[in-house]
Amino acid sequence: MSEGSDPASEAARRRLERAAARRRNDRRGFAIAATSTLVVLGGLAALVLTSSGWPDVQDSFFNPGDFAAVFPEILEAFWLDIKIFMVVEVAVLALGLLVALVRVTRGPALFPVRLLATVYTDVFRGIPTILLIYLVGFGVPALTPGADPDNFLISGVFLGSVALMLSYGAYVSEVYRAGVQSVERGQHEAALSVGLTQRQALRHVIVPQGVRRVGPPLLNDFIALQKDVALLSILGVVEAFRFAQIEASTNFIYTPLVAAAMLYLLITIPLARLLDHYDRRSGEGGRTR
Amino acid sequence: MRPALSLILGLLLTVALAACGSDDSSDSESASSGSETVSLEECTPDQLDTLEPDTLTVATDSPAFPPYFEDDDPTNGKGFESAVAYAIADQLGFSDDQVEWVVEPFNSSYAPGPKDFDFDVNQISITEKRAEQVDFSTPYYTANQAVVALKDSSAADAESISDLAGAVIGVQIGTTSLEAVESVIQPDEDPQIFDTSNDVVSALKNGSVEAVVVDVPTAFYLTAVQVPEASVVGQFEAPGGDQFGALLAKDSSLTPCVSAAIEELDSSGELAEIEKQWLSEATNAPVLE
Repeated sequence: MSEGSDPASEAARRRLERAAARRRNDRRGFAIAATSTLVVLGGLAALVLTSSGWPDVQDSFFNPGDFAAVFPEILEAFWLDIKIFMVVEVAVLALGLLVALVRVTRGPALFPVRLLATVYTDVFRGIPTILLIYLVGFGVPALTPGADPDNFLISGVFLGSVALMLSYGAYVSEVYRAGVQSVERGQHEAALSVGLTQRQALRHVIVPQGVRRVGPPLLNDFIALQKDVALLSILGVVEAFRFAQIEASTNFIYTPLVAAAMLYLLITIPLARLLDHYDRRSGEGGRTR
Repeated sequence: MRPALSLILGLLLTVALAACGSDDSSDSESASSGSETVSLEECTPDQLDTLEPDTLTVATDSPAFPPYFEDDDPTNGKGFESAVAYAIADQLGFSDDQVEWVVEPFNSSYAPGPKDFDFDVNQISITEKRAEQVDFSTPYYTANQAVVALKDSSAADAESISDLAGAVIGVQIGTTSLEAVESVIQPDEDPQIFDTSNDVVSALKNGSVEAVVVDVPTAFYLTAVQVPEASVVGQFEAPGGDQFGALLAKDSSLTPCVSAAIEELDSSGELAEIEKQWLSEATNAPVLE
């Protein structure tokens, strides 16, 4: 009985060999990655840590005592960032979708609304976010000189959030529109041929497919939005960045700003990983239909 | 590649932590502002290790506001701090045309690393914590805090500190006014904190805040020029007194000389003269108890 001539066990052996080779390859790749990481990071660290100014920089930017003292308070201020981010994000999703839908309509009667939506996206994508926040935040209260300063509607938090929403709504509407327009014409025709009206086709066939395709670019915009909440500080809103700045300028140290930077990363890094995960999935499995 | 990724991340963290947690070398010397005394004979242009030979480089922020500077031009010798800077230069033996002015925003004036000025005058309050990071000269002015409110607001009628507790108050970042507000007035609502004194003024004008707290000389300029519809409600002493000093690089060889110059100006009465010329109104505000 010679073994190995049996085709089934032959295939099994090859499979095992292939798996072993893959493992070897993985191990080698891993070793190379680890070594190069060590070399690069070690080199960078050596460069920074041996520079003559490092002790000063460390005392000013990475002072553990200062860090421990301010971190809890910055964390508390960061809660405001998160609240603003959550609310603005939902508003942006709704506004963006609304504007995108207006822009993909075809009826001649709707032309003025389409024009308005086009002008909106052009204008609000073209103005630097910080400028928009400044104009809205300082301009709107000036319209109501007698208003009570306690009024939430003229508070920096509210007006800044509105400005962020306007700015990002314009971006996100374009993302949606790209998604909707990327759905093949055939889908549209097929929907009409089974007896759906234009509106039903849009609602049940075109938009759901379009929106599903733009997950990654939407996430990308949210990472940017999360960071831009810090811009509200110019309106006197004391969120994490502004709180850190106050601590920094009171004591002439930069450690609080580094602490704030870490908090922003805490939110953006998981989002970025999620985005990569998405990309990989759509790269391997093709589009999910 | 999963394990490789986590290893790389782990390495990154290790390096970062090592960078933060290495020798805790915050040399906690006490505030060494003007502790060593020198006589002005040892402070001549050829003995002083200035940035540029035979030139005294003085910094301030831009725009530079009255009553500390006039016409946004530090070089004209007009305004309290401009006059003080030229008087210091004169004491050290520099002629007026040997004084160079550079722009230094407040928030970068205390950054570690080489400074591009010999000293900085920018209404910078001396505190012990700050003196760990930079050098301060002997103080050249002691400032009280003033409350400014629109004439038709309820805050304008305040006759005591406790009358202001209900007001929405605006202050500028990096000023001791914030500390003064929190520890003396203790308002029910958190104060709003703005980037520049211009933004503080805008917020007051458009009613986002009811009152602003600034140092007394600034308050008189605000009500005379920028917001004529506002008035100075009164003044109060900042906790621990608020003293302005010239800012120099940590352990600068010039610090003792600049301090000696200011002490000489003080004892000769010249400093009081300059103060009277530019800040005479500062004594006219009612004191709030």
